[in-house]
Amino acid sequence: MRDLQRSQNPDATRTWLSSASAQVGDIVKQAPLIPSTILVIFVIAGIFAPWLSPRDDPNSGTLRQHLEQPFWEGEVRECFLGCDQQGRDVLTRLLHGARVSLIVAFSAIAIAGSIGVTLGLTAGYFGGPVDSFIMRLVDIWYALPSILLALILVVVLGPGLINVIVVIGLTLWAFYARMVRGEVLSVRELDYVALARVAGSGGFRIAVRHILPNVFNSVIIIATLQVGGVILFEASLSFLGLGVPVDVPSWGQMVADGRQYMTVAWWLAAIPGLAITFVVLCFNLFGDWLRDYLDPRLRQVVNN
Amino acid sequence: MRMYLFRRAIQSVITLFAVAVVIFAMTRLTGDPAAIMLGETPEFSQETYEQMREEMGLNDPIYVQFWIFMSGALRADFGESFIYREPAANLIAYRFGATLQLMGVGLAISLVVGITIGVLTAVRRDTWFDRFGKALALVGQAAPSFWIGIMLIVVFAVNFKILPSGGYGSPQQLILPGFAVALGPIAALLRLTRSSMLNVLDSEYVKMARLKGLHEGRVIWKHALKNAAIPIVTLIGLNLAHLITGTVVIEKVFDWPGLGTLAVNGAFDRDFSVVQATVLMFAAGYIIANLLVDITYAYIDPRIRY
Repeated sequence: MRDLQRSQNPDATRTWLSSASAQVGDIVKQAPLIPSTILVIFVIAGIFAPWLSPRDDPNSGTLRQHLEQPFWEGEVRECFLGCDQQGRDVLTRLLHGARVSLIVAFSAIAIAGSIGVTLGLTAGYFGGPVDSFIMRLVDIWYALPSILLALILVVVLGPGLINVIVVIGLTLWAFYARMVRGEVLSVRELDYVALARVAGSGGFRIAVRHILPNVFNSVIIIATLQVGGVILFEASLSFLGLGVPVDVPSWGQMVADGRQYMTVAWWLAAIPGLAITFVVLCFNLFGDWLRDYLDPRLRQVVNN
Repeated sequence: MRMYLFRRAIQSVITLFAVAVVIFAMTRLTGDPAAIMLGETPEFSQETYEQMREEMGLNDPIYVQFWIFMSGALRADFGESFIYREPAANLIAYRFGATLQLMGVGLAISLVVGITIGVLTAVRRDTWFDRFGKALALVGQAAPSFWIGIMLIVVFAVNFKILPSGGYGSPQQLILPGFAVALGPIAALLRLTRSSMLNVLDSEYVKMARLKGLHEGRVIWKHALKNAAIPIVTLIGLNLAHLITGTVVIEKVFDWPGLGTLAVNGAFDRDFSVVQATVLMFAAGYIIANLLVDITYAYIDPRIRY
């Protein structure tokens, strides 16, 4: 329904904007309560980590507090969730880790989305050899598990926060490209696009002004569904030592650190892992809900 | 049928070739491997740099480099690892079996557990068991496999001391990594089996089988599951991607001497030839396995043709 209305009334960007903001209002009202609440807490924790954490510097610690126990083991000391092998406060690192996950997830998806949407629009709109070249590239990306692409890219680019973002972004663009191309092909032949062409709009203007708004919903859905996966991806890379550098606290790296002390301090690995699981779980639930709410057709397209 | 198989096989070869081209392009066109490798050693001289480029064949024109890379890959010659000072192909050969074992066990566990729980949740719809299955599927898709692996070690190796925490060789050492690798695929299989079974259980021929007075177990596990299995077979292909990601990460947790550890360490040391070779190896395995899945699929469901 929503799609139909928009395609009949394509040029009214203003109405589109107001209907979009009304839609956001509906989403806020109807979203599943528990996952959304946890996600809001996660985002707030990530944004305000430096002000919320007990310690100013996530990397500061003294060996006196080596493996200090969390609150449920014996008396409460300075650190609520205990300290790691270097006496660094786990809660502080957890909050800063949320920040890193947030930054990586959103930047990587922004990169993947921009590349994918651009290539998908180009392929769908121009067709012909351009289309087949781009789609062969998409096929190759689909033919490889993303961890393999990431390994190759890490070798080429080396580690580092920006590089992790680039690596993940370059690994995940193909989903957007395939979906956007498909939508463009179905929209391209509609009357209003032909009318815009007759009215003298150029190819670029038609693609951006008339076709792009129609694929917007699907892009948002894929992006939301991907957030959980990207957080997992970053955690895995950081766990393997191929992700963010050592001085940046990240959840994956905290698990890797905790692994070395699992016989004496199991919570060091358990706490950040639980955080990852909860946040990814909530993003998945929220993404599934958003897809069913905005566009149940996509159930077939993205089923990860 | 024969035509379909032939076309599908040709398609796989082309994909594999294209993957090799992409890997080559990414490693050669985006940077200077010689400079990257030497970057770790401080103050290398211009001479060593030139010598390195010459040795790696980086001074040749790009099409010559590509020819050397491709013809080498066909003869399983991927160049020498600069860390181990040994041909990358040998390093792979030592570790191939270990990875295959882990993936095989992971696949077996995921199929048995995922399908069993999936069928049971469909049969006992809306009971506590169904809810447990749903929770397992959600957690299985959200929990990082490396973390599950570590938690399994904490519980079964550190606390109860009934299973070894790592290493390679004995069958007991396969259990924990096998489950850790299988968790993601279990979640996906469980969800799909459940929904597929629910569809089938509603159908006329299942009612017919029941009316005939067949034993309920026979109706479910033979008549219903056989037909519910068709979409499950396609998922196995997708699950292989899960399994590959799983092994790459899980091998590190359990000190498993496989291709994953090799690739990860190679990426860490920026050992080009090793990473290229392992990634190509995994890609080939993945593409071939998917070809096999498609062939199986065509046999099970004769309606499928391109």
